[in-house]
Amino acid sequence: MNKKIKFVQGNEACVAGALYAGIDFFAGYPITPSTEVAELLARQLPEKGGKFIQMEDEIASMCAIIGASLTGNKVMTATSGPGFSLKQEALGYACMAEIPCVVVNVQRGGPSTGNPTHVSQGDVNQARWGTHGDHSIIALTASNHQDVFTMTVDAFNLAETYRTPVILLFDEVVGHMREKLVVPEPGELPLVDRLRTSVKKGVDYHPYLPREDGRLPMSDFGAEHRYNVTGLFHDMWGFPSNNPKIVNELLHHINDKIENNVQAITRYKEYFLDDADYVFISFGSSARSAIHLAKNRRARGEKLGVLELQSLWPFPSALVREKCAKAKAVIVVEMNMGQVVKQVKSAVDRPEDVFLANRIDGELITPTNIKTLLRVIQGRGV
Amino acid sequence: MSVRDYIRERFFPQMWCPGCGHGIVLNSLLRAVEQLELDKNDMVMTSGIGCSARISGYVDFHTLHTIHGRALAFATGLKLSKPKLNVLVPMGDGDALAIGGNHFIHAARRNIDITAIVMNNRIYGMTGGQFSPLTGYDQKASTAPYATIDQSFDVVEISKAAGASFVARTTAYHAMEAVDLLKKAISHKGFSVVEILSQCPTHFGRRNKQGDASSMLELYKKNSAKLGSKALENNPELIARGVFVENDTPEYCREYEKVIQRATKGKAS
Repeated sequence: MNKKIKFVQGNEACVAGALYAGIDFFAGYPITPSTEVAELLARQLPEKGGKFIQMEDEIASMCAIIGASLTGNKVMTATSGPGFSLKQEALGYACMAEIPCVVVNVQRGGPSTGNPTHVSQGDVNQARWGTHGDHSIIALTASNHQDVFTMTVDAFNLAETYRTPVILLFDEVVGHMREKLVVPEPGELPLVDRLRTSVKKGVDYHPYLPREDGRLPMSDFGAEHRYNVTGLFHDMWGFPSNNPKIVNELLHHINDKIENNVQAITRYKEYFLDDADYVFISFGSSARSAIHLAKNRRARGEKLGVLELQSLWPFPSALVREKCAKAKAVIVVEMNMGQVVKQVKSAVDRPEDVFLANRIDGELITPTNIKTLLRVIQGRGV
Repeated sequence: MSVRDYIRERFFPQMWCPGCGHGIVLNSLLRAVEQLELDKNDMVMTSGIGCSARISGYVDFHTLHTIHGRALAFATGLKLSKPKLNVLVPMGDGDALAIGGNHFIHAARRNIDITAIVMNNRIYGMTGGQFSPLTGYDQKASTAPYATIDQSFDVVEISKAAGASFVARTTAYHAMEAVDLLKKAISHKGFSVVEILSQCPTHFGRRNKQGDASSMLELYKKNSAKLGSKALENNPELIARGVFVENDTPEYCREYEKVIQRATKGKAS
């Protein structure tokens, strides 16, 4: 049997993806249902000379990966609900100081301690707006282990490309379920390293002066350019400033670099969308139920299709609008009280034809749950 | 190199109030680094939030001005990822021991090779004079108009108990002694803590009737004594200065190298 085929948990697929992407440093804190990510990296990172550290809390874990990223490392932390809340301030620091890092959130039921061992997709909006102040963020997700692997690699690539935190928004079902993973050969998936400055030693390096294309080449801490990094608004030297022009430009810069690249960042899959009368929009483990239902009903001649979102932020509004243009109705399948559905309603031409099929009791939404709502929308009764 | 070569003159004058002790701490720190002939490219300064934290902007090292209380957590990631770097973490009293208290004791417990400098002015200066965990009992602050009822931490005792392998204390009055202690702390392989009492005439001094900066410095002279001195023996109420702990507990980054050894050997067999 090919050694590259594995039967693993989603959390293991995430670790395999991180290692493939070239992770050097991980800091974490135990929390269900993401703990396996830390456990596996504690074993596997030192095997390749990388560093794993269990920090004193979730906040420290987030801070430690930012520090390690500045020395030129590819870094990640992993957490769930309450831990994700604790990381938010430092996550905003990484947005402001533009430091590449990957934050895994294997979602569990909330708010508060909630339902630690059960599934939820309730952190979608927190991933977008968890930290204070205007900022932009990238969040990816996946419904199966092959995609967990790919999205993890992508998360590192996007973090390094855009100098930003990237959130991997998985959920408890995907994290703990076991299924097949085929690990790609080295070179099969592209890997991205951060852009580093070509400014020579002894010549002034402006760490926060964007090039014409908006990108900021980095210099590793410990290398020949010494500069300041701060969470305050800062000038091209990285030195604190409250000059209104500098504040205005910097806030635009950290938002625009992501919002102007929605198309390049968008990841999705589609199933039977070409002639679909009814379009399901879903992500993560709930997409599995939507896809299952669409396949089954297709066999009976019903024109159902699925748009599976693999990037949730920046929200792919143009894509959603286009894919839903011909649908009689759009049904958003998610395990929360309606977080993505609001984005979909504001993206499409006819928000009155957008419905929410959800489940919030800690159980995975089933194809039957979705079918019940579909029959009502179709006017066929339950 | 001269001391001036270690600062970023572009960003001067500094933003501290007239009479603030933090400039003296900066001066002592620069002299320590200069006398140790350290390469600026190997120097990192990580700081948090507050008056003290602004020190990182003025030194020509790799500098990371972070969020309130978390400087040691950032520094831990930075140091472990590139152990050859010399990491200095100056913090204020609130930064180090209120919001950052957890990170402080755990960095000490790990004994990671970082030099922590507690610039203790017993007050939150930047926000206008609120009391901190080092203000102590029966002192006035903007949030203690009827005087504090909170007891103070003792930085030396908490550092010892948490496992720091080098612990020292001095004051802004004893600037040359501070140079000496900082040199020892920076050279020490392990987690080092240097507490430097630093006057805040603007808030602490004014509210507690300690006079201007020079009277506050005089008080440091009058109220402290060297470890092992007759003065301290005669009056144990004085603030003790000197080196309290210096041992060779295994250092974290070196220990992690052993983890890598174990992990890679296991794979080979």
